[in-house]
Amino acid sequence: MSLTVENLSVAYRSRRGDITAVDSVSFRLADGEIMGLAGESGSGKSTIGNALIYMDPRMKLAGGKALLDGKELPLSDNDAMRKLRMTEVSLVPQYAMSALPPTRRIGKIIADLLKSHGIKDRDEVLSELLRRLELIGLKDEILRRYAFELSGGMRQRVTIIMSSLLNPSLLIADEVTSALDVSTQRAVGEMLIEFRDRGYIKSAIAITHDLSILAQIADSITIMYAGRLAEKASTAAITEAPLHPYTQALIASLPEVGVRHEDTTLTGIPGRPPSLVNPPSGCRFRERCPFAFEKCTETPPFAEIRPGHQVACWKVSQEHGGGARVTVPAGAIADSASTKGTGK
Amino acid sequence: MRRFLSRKLITYLIAFVIGVTVDWGIPRLIPGDPVQAYLSQFRLQPAGYDALYKTMSEAFGTNGSAWDQYMHYWQSILTWNMGVSIGNFPARVTTLIGQALPYTLALLIPAIVLSYILGNRLGAAAARRKGLDNSVLPLGYVFQAMPYPWLALIIPYLLAVVWHVFPLSGGYSNSLLPTWSWTFIGSLLTHWFLPFLTVFLVSLGGWAIGMRNLVIYELENDSSRYLRALGARERVIRRYAYRNASLPQLSGLALQLGVVVGGNIVTEIAFQYPGLGKLLYTAIGNKDYFLLQGIFIFIIIGVLIANFVIDLVFISIDPRTRLSMQGAPA
Repeated sequence: MSLTVENLSVAYRSRRGDITAVDSVSFRLADGEIMGLAGESGSGKSTIGNALIYMDPRMKLAGGKALLDGKELPLSDNDAMRKLRMTEVSLVPQYAMSALPPTRRIGKIIADLLKSHGIKDRDEVLSELLRRLELIGLKDEILRRYAFELSGGMRQRVTIIMSSLLNPSLLIADEVTSALDVSTQRAVGEMLIEFRDRGYIKSAIAITHDLSILAQIADSITIMYAGRLAEKASTAAITEAPLHPYTQALIASLPEVGVRHEDTTLTGIPGRPPSLVNPPSGCRFRERCPFAFEKCTETPPFAEIRPGHQVACWKVSQEHGGGARVTVPAGAIADSASTKGTGK
Repeated sequence: MRRFLSRKLITYLIAFVIGVTVDWGIPRLIPGDPVQAYLSQFRLQPAGYDALYKTMSEAFGTNGSAWDQYMHYWQSILTWNMGVSIGNFPARVTTLIGQALPYTLALLIPAIVLSYILGNRLGAAAARRKGLDNSVLPLGYVFQAMPYPWLALIIPYLLAVVWHVFPLSGGYSNSLLPTWSWTFIGSLLTHWFLPFLTVFLVSLGGWAIGMRNLVIYELENDSSRYLRALGARERVIRRYAYRNASLPQLSGLALQLGVVVGGNIVTEIAFQYPGLGKLLYTAIGNKDYFLLQGIFIFIIIGVLIANFVIDLVFISIDPRTRLSMQGAPA
């Protein structure tokens, strides 16, 4: 196992008290696995990514732990974590367009990072760097350029190369494709796969709200909802046969090629995710879920329904655990639609 | 580079022509007649007055048409002949400026440069140390917000009148003649210190406050976050932040250095310091067209040169300006 996350809870400090953005999350990442982590804004997906590499002063570890290659990551110890960043855990940030410092050449920035990590044999890293630049079709003169001289796609690729230069075990790619056009998106996605195949990175978490890009690059997909995991399964299982009502609704809301939406209305999910300031008890999707029943006032376990397929849903575990089929209360959707506006 | 330089040069040339024209026009908007003002100092018989008025108006060229005066003015600038001061007749304008300039430069350049260097360091340090931020910075705000004329009264009152540590005013002791002796240099230094201190204190706070805010902003921005996520040492991140934050500060320094040649009127009046500011003030009082124009020309040239130098410095530290230098649309 490359990465094991156990009951990880992360909170943001605020004046109204701590807000638990990630609530008891557990998952595993196999060697060589690219895991897609999807969910809507505020679901906590980026918070998981940040917690695994850099807890900023507003964040705090509220419980749980993460093990990378069997060793526990010192998540709240900034100094200890600093040495592991880039070498063991690395990040391609959401803000790749503005991530590169503007007043230094790319080569100088990389040299400063290597110096920070006390790397003695810089020539070797440098020749590796040149090899990787060539691999993705960038000229080595890029190292003598400044960030503002590069196009958006080039900046994105440069940050991926920089972040993965020291062969980290885990690369967290946070919304790496969101700001790019579709063809560049594909190229960047393929770059991640190529880097994994060549062993530059051992495993990766691709955080995004874009399920279609995950379908292309991810081995498995984890769906988050309001700070908790809803479902984790292989990419095929999530896209073809999702079990969690939220995942189903999410997949159903994607437009399909060949379907004329004049004929079939493209539906969204009625309602809004609950506020995390004072989250409701039980299943957090309850209010919007057409299948909700009494049991849903208790928090559902993130249970393994089939090998490699975990779902946090009472209805699904009853159905697959031999329980009786749950009848859907009539008008559930209309009810949940009327709760609109209970969130922030 | 050549294209950049020639473009800049044309810009500066246009600025110079506009500056000179305004410079010529402004003193002439002051109500009253300078020759008349000068002659009124003496008790003259009406006949003698008329004769003198006629001669002097011709001598100073104040009787010609505006266009003639304007053309004459350009001619005198290009031949670097600024004429003779009316108020300090018959001293030449260039001589008067030459005498006052060293005092102004010696006072303001050290005050501005030292406060810039120290203020930036202080601000950058305050950005990451709470203790410093809560102690030194408020002091900076106080000095910044304090009306300067008041500070220029309080400090000399304490250090000169109450404690007699430094002389109260003047450029050097009245009992000495300007010679290159140690006594005279010592007198220069002690007279220099108080005006220097007041200017230094006021600008120190300003630089520190600006730098603190810029560094805090830079330390939180995306590129700092990225460096941090890749495990760069905090020292390295601060160095990058400081470099980025220096750019706006440097423009501020350029503006200040540019107007240095105009002197600091309030300081030089408060301390009776014989620099350009005091000279300018006296020239306004005397309606001394030629001296005023001479000083303004000086300021115009000074500002333009300072801006040009800073343009060149910017090119070397901010790569983004290099792009516009190559002629790409900025």
